[in-house]
Amino acid sequence: MGNAADFGTSPDDVQFRFREDEPVDHGTVTVDSALEQTNATAVRIEPGDDARLLIPFLDRLALIEVNFPVFTDGRGYSAARILREAGYTGELRAVGDVLIDQLSHMRRCGFDSFAPDRRLDEEDAKRAFATWENVYQHAADTRFGARATIAEMRHGDSA
Amino acid sequence: MYSYDQYDQAMVDARVAEFRDQARRRLEGKLTEDQFKPLRLMNGLYLQLHAYMLRVAIPYGTLNSRQMTMLGDIADKYDRGYGHFTTRQNIQYNWVKLEDAADILADLATVEMHAIQTSGNCIRNISSDHFAGATQDEIIDPRPYAELLRQWSSFHPEFSYLPRKFKICVIASERDRAAMRLHDIGIQIVKNDAGELGARFFVGGGMGRTPMIAPMIRDFVPLDHLVTYAEACLRVYNRYGRRDNKYKARIKILVHELGAEEYTRQVEEEFAHLIEQGVEPPFAELERIRGFFTDPPFQDGPKTVDRSDPDFAVWVDRNTHRHKHDAYVSAVISLKPVGGIPGDATGEQMRLMARLAKEYSFDEIRVMHTQNVVLPHVRIADLPALWTELHEGDLGAPNMDTIEDIIACPGLDYCSLANARSIPLAQRISERFDASGKTGRLGELKLKISGCINACGHHHAGHIGILGVDKKGKENYQLSLGGSEAEDVSLARITGPGFDEDGVIEAVEKVTDLYLERRAEGERFIDTYRRLGMEPFKEALYG
Repeated sequence: MGNAADFGTSPDDVQFRFREDEPVDHGTVTVDSALEQTNATAVRIEPGDDARLLIPFLDRLALIEVNFPVFTDGRGYSAARILREAGYTGELRAVGDVLIDQLSHMRRCGFDSFAPDRRLDEEDAKRAFATWENVYQHAADTRFGARATIAEMRHGDSA
Repeated sequence: MYSYDQYDQAMVDARVAEFRDQARRRLEGKLTEDQFKPLRLMNGLYLQLHAYMLRVAIPYGTLNSRQMTMLGDIADKYDRGYGHFTTRQNIQYNWVKLEDAADILADLATVEMHAIQTSGNCIRNISSDHFAGATQDEIIDPRPYAELLRQWSSFHPEFSYLPRKFKICVIASERDRAAMRLHDIGIQIVKNDAGELGARFFVGGGMGRTPMIAPMIRDFVPLDHLVTYAEACLRVYNRYGRRDNKYKARIKILVHELGAEEYTRQVEEEFAHLIEQGVEPPFAELERIRGFFTDPPFQDGPKTVDRSDPDFAVWVDRNTHRHKHDAYVSAVISLKPVGGIPGDATGEQMRLMARLAKEYSFDEIRVMHTQNVVLPHVRIADLPALWTELHEGDLGAPNMDTIEDIIACPGLDYCSLANARSIPLAQRISERFDASGKTGRLGELKLKISGCINACGHHHAGHIGILGVDKKGKENYQLSLGGSEAEDVSLARITGPGFDEDGVIEAVEKVTDLYLERRAEGERFIDTYRRLGMEPFKEALYG
């Protein structure tokens, strides 16, 4: 698996980023390592990992990568929401088999940076991020009223 | 019934635009077929044996005459003049061209319809009781809860790439007409001792190659937590459902392997967490949706009808269901004409059903999971006129819940997964029992045929089930007995060695003859089977 320095994606691999802060410029460690290394600030979650194990350490993490080895494995969507629900505000990066048609759902689940294995068409991606003007259900993007769901818009103040 | 506001319409329009864009990128080579496949599936587009098949969603089986007319027009315009109503209360078109798909979706969107999530590893179209809002035995109309869940599950960002497909059913009666406990989540709306409504959750049922009856995991979820509880059930499944083996990926396997108790514990933990997160829609939304499902303006009228025409009388006896208003009934339009293809209707017939719904049923139509159609609110006084028109349109078969009312999957005639044909078998069985005149004497007898172990024809839940398998390159049919998808839910057991096509028809005749011989007063086939057990039936078949 190599050493920590060359594990994970680098800022150069990031194609889309919805944050203003400077990206972390060092490698990520596995979830197991992150639990042991009190100085780790970047971690990578694989599909079988339990994202909740990281909750006690979120304050010190600046980057969490969630790997999608195949786009049809949707566990990373739950991992992302769980981290945002736990109050994680650092960079949440979707990496691996990240394709155009998953971008809008990933964004809704709290991902704010994307490092696809293969670069995506910019125009197609732009359109994909803008697929849903409104949304039916709550997700990471509706937390603390950041965005009203359709049901909330229908009922205004009663929401 | 529910009707879209600008938000619902915009969501469907956005999906049509998205699909057009996906199809374009596929054609431009920007998407591989492997990448395109899950996307087209989430829009209901399958590749079958001979052509593409498009499955259109009919949420909880409810539609109006304008929508049914459109379904008929699509059959004529884009298919070969017919469509096939399915056990998911949907309709599918078996001869669609890929290049027409986006246009069909656009046509559907003009009548508030779509093909969203009728396939793929996501939350599918939500099913419900086909007599909802009409039957006298329900505690409340279950469809508002199904609609709330439809909106929640549509384009759900977390649950669009689940381990496997996910089916939810909502009923609100002790009578189960929707195979509720054979769903991934079955919800029964109940009243507690305090008279409050809540949702009873059954999780982990299903048919397929490992049939299971869903255990109850919570007897009462307050209605203002309905979506939150469903979300908790799904999150545990999305995180821990098996992804290593497609055939072990349904939630029933997870619940089975963890045990219902441990699964429930995990759901409850997630539920407590999600309550804190506040993911439930405002309760006012449920109230708004309920407003769409109020009773039509029923009027008092005659409670009986002239039964002097014996053909009409038998249709009334078999194909009408008691209504909550005593001057009305729900009338079942059989899509099982003797010798016909179960669930098929021509474009012409769809338009006829649409017109009759408008004239006689407050513009409302339901699709049944048994592949028939219901006019839910028909005045008893209108039955003779309705029957005459149905009869003339070849829609008057008086065979609801009889041995002629067969559920059959498309089988090897259409489906690329099938091992054997289902449709010809259904045709021959209905012809045979109609000709022998035994149909009426046999009473309620649910016969279900699947052309492979994926069990789309619900054979595990048939009083008599038939499973087509491939035996050294020849079609072979296994017979099973004792299944039920109703409130007396049970899974059928295989009788023994299988039969060829002629042989299995003989076998059905033998077990039904044994029933006629041995039945006690008032017993249905399934009751006699349960009383006698398998042995005498085996003896009749193989002895």
